[in-house]
Amino acid sequence: MKYVAGVDVGSTQTKAVILDEHRAIVGRALLDMETSMTTVAQDAFRAALEAAGIAEGDVAWVAGTGYGRYKVTFGREQVTEISCHARGAVTLFPLTRTVIDVGGQDTKAISVAPDGKVLNFTMNDKCAAGTGRFLGAASFALEMPLSELGPLALKATNPVRITTTCTVFAESEIISHLSKGLLPEDVLMGVHQAIASRCVSLARRVGIASEVTFTGGVSRNVAMVRLLEEQLEMPVNVSQDAHFCGALGAALYAHERVHGAQPALAA
Amino acid sequence: MNTVAEKMPPAPAAAGFDPRVEGQRLIRQWYAELEQASELGQPVANVFVMGNAVEILRAFDFKLVFPEINSLQTGVRKASEEYIRLSEDYGMSPDVCSYVKADVGLILKEHRHPAGRIPKAHLAVASNMCNTFIKWAEIWERWLKTPTFVLDLPGQRSAGWQVRPGDAQHAADARWVEAQFQELIARCEAITGRKLDLERLAEIEERVNRMVLHWNNVMVLNRVCPAPYNAMLDGLTFIGIMNVYRGAPEGVEFMRTLEEHLKAKVARGEGRVAEERFRLLFSGTPCYVSMRRLVELFETWGGVFAYSDYLTFAAGGMDAAELLYDTSRPLESLAEVTALAAQRGLSNQFFAHERLARQIRDYGADGVVFHGIKSCRFVSSGMADTREYLNRRLEVPTLYIESDLIDPRYWSDAQIKNRVDAFFEALGQRGGAAPARGAAEAQRRSA
Repeated sequence: MKYVAGVDVGSTQTKAVILDEHRAIVGRALLDMETSMTTVAQDAFRAALEAAGIAEGDVAWVAGTGYGRYKVTFGREQVTEISCHARGAVTLFPLTRTVIDVGGQDTKAISVAPDGKVLNFTMNDKCAAGTGRFLGAASFALEMPLSELGPLALKATNPVRITTTCTVFAESEIISHLSKGLLPEDVLMGVHQAIASRCVSLARRVGIASEVTFTGGVSRNVAMVRLLEEQLEMPVNVSQDAHFCGALGAALYAHERVHGAQPALAA
Repeated sequence: MNTVAEKMPPAPAAAGFDPRVEGQRLIRQWYAELEQASELGQPVANVFVMGNAVEILRAFDFKLVFPEINSLQTGVRKASEEYIRLSEDYGMSPDVCSYVKADVGLILKEHRHPAGRIPKAHLAVASNMCNTFIKWAEIWERWLKTPTFVLDLPGQRSAGWQVRPGDAQHAADARWVEAQFQELIARCEAITGRKLDLERLAEIEERVNRMVLHWNNVMVLNRVCPAPYNAMLDGLTFIGIMNVYRGAPEGVEFMRTLEEHLKAKVARGEGRVAEERFRLLFSGTPCYVSMRRLVELFETWGGVFAYSDYLTFAAGGMDAAELLYDTSRPLESLAEVTALAAQRGLSNQFFAHERLARQIRDYGADGVVFHGIKSCRFVSSGMADTREYLNRRLEVPTLYIESDLIDPRYWSDAQIKNRVDAFFEALGQRGGAAPARGAAEAQRRSA
């Protein structure tokens, strides 16, 4: 069996995915960026190999993606995360025509063709507002783990409007609201609304076509999913593997190298 | 005392002509002449690239200082940050045009520019072609006591329509501009103690006409595949000469030889890059401080900028035929052309989609790259609409990147490279040239 791998070296986390010949995910790994990019890429790849129960020699092709794609020194190919998220999203949800990917410091809106080709894309420019980093600032200010932010925000009854567009200043604005006695859930909902509106604005620039698939680490946040659906006025696809979508896309490129172009997977 | 022109080596014959080397030599010569202006007692004028009446100033033998070019040259020479920081230390906001800030830095450095000392001007000619021009000239007026003359050039008065030569509106606009030229001439006569020589003005205009014709031919030559030059690297040198030597014999000779040189390249089938895979248009203003790097990011994938709208609007807004001077009536014709060029420049963004659609066809372009400027929202304001039109109506791939004219702090290499790589991957996926070699080359250079 010839396996392939995709390694997505992002700004805050590195993800690795192993695919078998049938493009089924047989191993995955997610590591925080605590050491050098090259080391984390290798560690994530090894962890995914271990999860798949295979050896490095069983992998015929590794593709790197993400900002640190050139740090995947053991990779044979580098593809941008824009192409990888598009390919990954269409594989997870074949009717996807718009991808919204919110990562640690990047937000992308991608218009895709039925075969996963990128038709158009746009990204946030030189500012982390509207990205996962914005939630990171809230997490820091509230001294609360990222995973608890979404559920708490959904309890809001009177969301606060966050006026700043700067991630750094957002932190002081959050602290200011909390010190005035406003409820953390109301402040948090304001933070989520600010991010969602920037994401939707970005998506409108490439044109929103159904179905919309939400990928990247922030897609695990339940409040973000709900707000995107409300603002887009349509359901949003979110997969259990949405966080791995970039790595999955890279692995699919690797699969194509080894096994040739394949038809889209059935829904 | 010898003049700089006498000291400088003569221009090379066409066979040994290297446009980049010759362009740089002419720019050095221009700066050297500026340094000598005070010593030689020559009058000096500050002018902007658009709406500047340089033909009149040249007829009075003014030495021309282009503050925009001074500023972009600090970027090209990797010195802009020092000048910009000086002006910010003085109190200017980071949001102010980086050209203005570099110029303020130049004043604070007592006019010491990396290319030489810039003389103080006896006159500054500004216009409303850019709102910043007027405020910029006010800085010279207040700090340096430079007398300022602001040309009021009529712009668009109704949507969806552009003035044409001979229209009643154009005739009225031309009369309005000509009356202002008469005032400018009087100011020049007062400064130089000379009367305007209309025959001299006609000679200068005749040279401009020849430059424009050569320049239009040079742009057309890049419709050939492979493109003989990169519009956003080589082309920037060419328009530098178009501006600085507009109406000068050296300018005519450069453009003539350039056309000859490029024709020979086309005949040999010689392109700018070894293997041209994608032909692109660049829309917007360059990032002078990182232009070589930006072009490298594209050429790594075999992408060449065959054309840029900057080549037209930053070379005086001149197009073939309709913007040539009638030298039998030099002043009237100058007013007519200035009024028309101003209309074209001021309504530029309202018609950008139609213009770009035509240029995409003319230059066989695979895609369009838009470059937004952080310190000039005005110049970037129509890009979103134009981009949407090209994407949705014409299904032409586009890329939007953002940095600045000359402020290196706005250049984020990783982010821009990511976008450029993704753009070429998308072009390749659309059935364009195979990007595999480009990807390998991008990887090799990043290693």
